[in-house]
Amino acid sequence: MSKKTKNNNVVRYNRWGYIFLIPFVVTYCIFQLIPLFSTIYNSFFENYRDGIIQVGPKYIGFANYVKLFSQGDIWTYLGNTMIMWVMGFVPQILLSLILGAWFSNQRMRLKCEGFFKTVIYLPNLIMASAFAMLFFTLFSDMGPINDILIHIGILKEPYQFLFHVGSARTIVAGMNCLMWFGNTTILLMAGMMGIDPALFEAAEVDGATATDVFFKITLPLLRPILLYVMITSLIGGLQMFDVPQVLTNATGDPARSTLTMIMFLNKHLFSKNFGMGGALSVFLFVVTGILSLIVFKLSVKEN
Amino acid sequence: MKKKVLSALLATTMVASMLVGCGSKAEEPAAEAPAAEAPAAEETPAAEEAPAAEEAPAAEEGKVFNIYCWNEEFKSRVKDHYPGYEEVDGTTGKIGDVTVQWHITPSDDNAYQNNLDETLLKQESAPADEKIDMFLMEADYALKYVDTPYTMNVADLGITEADLANQFQYTKDVVTDSNGNLKGVSWQGCPGVLIYRRDIAKDVLGTDDPAEVNEAVKDWDAFSATAAKMKEKGYLMTSSVNDTYRVYSNNVTSKWVSADNKIQIDPNILKWVEDSKKMVDAGQTATHELWSDDWSKGFFEDSNVFCYFGPAWFVDFCMSAGADGAVATNGGWGAVEGPQGFFWGGTWICGATGTDNASLIKDIMLKLTCDKDIMIDIVKADNDFVNNEPAMLEMAADTSYSSAVLGGQNPLAMYVAGVSKIDLSNQSAYDQGINESFQEAMRGYFDGNYTYDEALDAFYKAVVEKYPSLTY
Repeated sequence: MSKKTKNNNVVRYNRWGYIFLIPFVVTYCIFQLIPLFSTIYNSFFENYRDGIIQVGPKYIGFANYVKLFSQGDIWTYLGNTMIMWVMGFVPQILLSLILGAWFSNQRMRLKCEGFFKTVIYLPNLIMASAFAMLFFTLFSDMGPINDILIHIGILKEPYQFLFHVGSARTIVAGMNCLMWFGNTTILLMAGMMGIDPALFEAAEVDGATATDVFFKITLPLLRPILLYVMITSLIGGLQMFDVPQVLTNATGDPARSTLTMIMFLNKHLFSKNFGMGGALSVFLFVVTGILSLIVFKLSVKEN
Repeated sequence: MKKKVLSALLATTMVASMLVGCGSKAEEPAAEAPAAEAPAAEETPAAEEAPAAEEAPAAEEGKVFNIYCWNEEFKSRVKDHYPGYEEVDGTTGKIGDVTVQWHITPSDDNAYQNNLDETLLKQESAPADEKIDMFLMEADYALKYVDTPYTMNVADLGITEADLANQFQYTKDVVTDSNGNLKGVSWQGCPGVLIYRRDIAKDVLGTDDPAEVNEAVKDWDAFSATAAKMKEKGYLMTSSVNDTYRVYSNNVTSKWVSADNKIQIDPNILKWVEDSKKMVDAGQTATHELWSDDWSKGFFEDSNVFCYFGPAWFVDFCMSAGADGAVATNGGWGAVEGPQGFFWGGTWICGATGTDNASLIKDIMLKLTCDKDIMIDIVKADNDFVNNEPAMLEMAADTSYSSAVLGGQNPLAMYVAGVSKIDLSNQSAYDQGINESFQEAMRGYFDGNYTYDEALDAFYKAVVEKYPSLTY
């Protein structure tokens, strides 16, 4: 008798759990699942505007995909995106690891810790487009950076930062790094503070240096958080859009070398080309899925 | 028990609030559907005019006249110069017993065209009083509408060629479709001239007399010879290569798009590339975008830009006249015809297919674009350059008219002379997007950041993305 009541109670409690889940599931279905399937569906149609004349929708099978890959540009844009992501992510994670280690180190007793934590997070609070406008002005041909460099004698004439492949990509990557390193630092710091202090103390007793502690204790125990940071940043990086879009005025200059996947997707909006847009989105979905899987599998294996 | 009630309450509020939230979203059926804002714009008049629609069908002409445009300019022309127009409030007016409904959407970010496209596509199924009767458009994208059944033949409205005889030919070329039908009319003309700094002309050419300066820029060869002289004295010929683009592109001999939808590049456009590259390499000009800060620095006395290209509105409103240190403030500019005639800007009026007010469209077109007396009124009241050759020549001969920015010169005759030579029969419906992409792509080539072939490649890719029906 008493056992049955207990079971009943569990079921009743579970019921509340399900009810509380409904909002998420419904929102997820409406705003994620249904659009996902309709995108896949749309990618099989020829459907665009030629001026004001509507073409399609007409079922054309995989023709959009064939066109997308036969042009070959998509690999260039995927490459652009990944190069700029790596260029931004590597310094970002290094910076975050150092800062995280300093902030979470009890022995260093940093002063005004709260202040610095706030300051490094600040760039993330600015809208990406506003941030890009700022950098656009800073690095324009007659902007302050060129002025300063000419005045101190490093340059003879203005350098077109936004019209050379290397410098343009570096600016995009640098901005992404600047915007996100605060966020990463806070995540890593939380991870580091979760490590049992007894381990650090034991290491010190055994005579380990700070470097030893960092590489042999902090880093290995931090792996799950690092992995999480890596996956989220990768997905975010693949969807890189606002910074290069605003910085290059949607052109992806010079010669489309800063044109990311989502900027390419956005270009199809001009002709309301839902077919090609859909095909590109599906490709992006698959790539994101594969990359996430690889990263995830690697970590599980090592565990 | 309390806990249970509380949790039940919480759960219901949450689910309820969520449903409410979704409910309002669900009515807006497609998050991805193009231009969701379109319906909103038409709903306002529809609601007010619904009762009228039920009474109307017996009458010959509709009682509601819908005009789509992107700013107040045309409205104020109609208000001031169309006999019998009474203003009711900001977005409505009356002509006789017909209500004029203004639908104004700014053209920023393509919003005007997006809204117009959505409404035109629904034109057939819309109730008579919600149909677009008249809409306005600019030259850059005119053919997008002109070459479709959505615009009416001007001839079908009952306007004859004789009525339009005094209009500048180019204003008709812009709105003539591929079968030779005229689809719209304009009340204004925007012929352009070459605008030069008088002090620099004196320094380099030894004179600022327009006739002699014109000799120095009368064709592209003379232009580039002068550019070299300018460079020797430390001046730039133009602020940017994009200044001359319009002059070349208005004088092409073939269309951007061939009959089988292939992109082709006209020799005159190639000449622009060639000439511009030489000028940039020689340091005679720069590659700034039009309207950028760097570009407009040349409006001021402490800069070294010799000339700009522009129409009357550019001279009057865009050259920072009145600002401290601006060349225009002291009348330091002069105007000459320059190497080739061109135009920049202007607004055309179209009748929309399906309208129930054809005779009113005809009357507005005739009064505002063909009636010489009204057009002279427009010149006097609004300082517009009107689309009527005799009227403008009359003003050109008028010695009392002069431009302060141009140091007292009367440039009207020059405007008229330049524009009568333009032949715009080689336009295509894709010109706006193609011209933009071409200038964008060539910039890097001029700057030496990549090769001509790379620039062309980027250009073709950008165009095909914009217009999926084209190939290269």
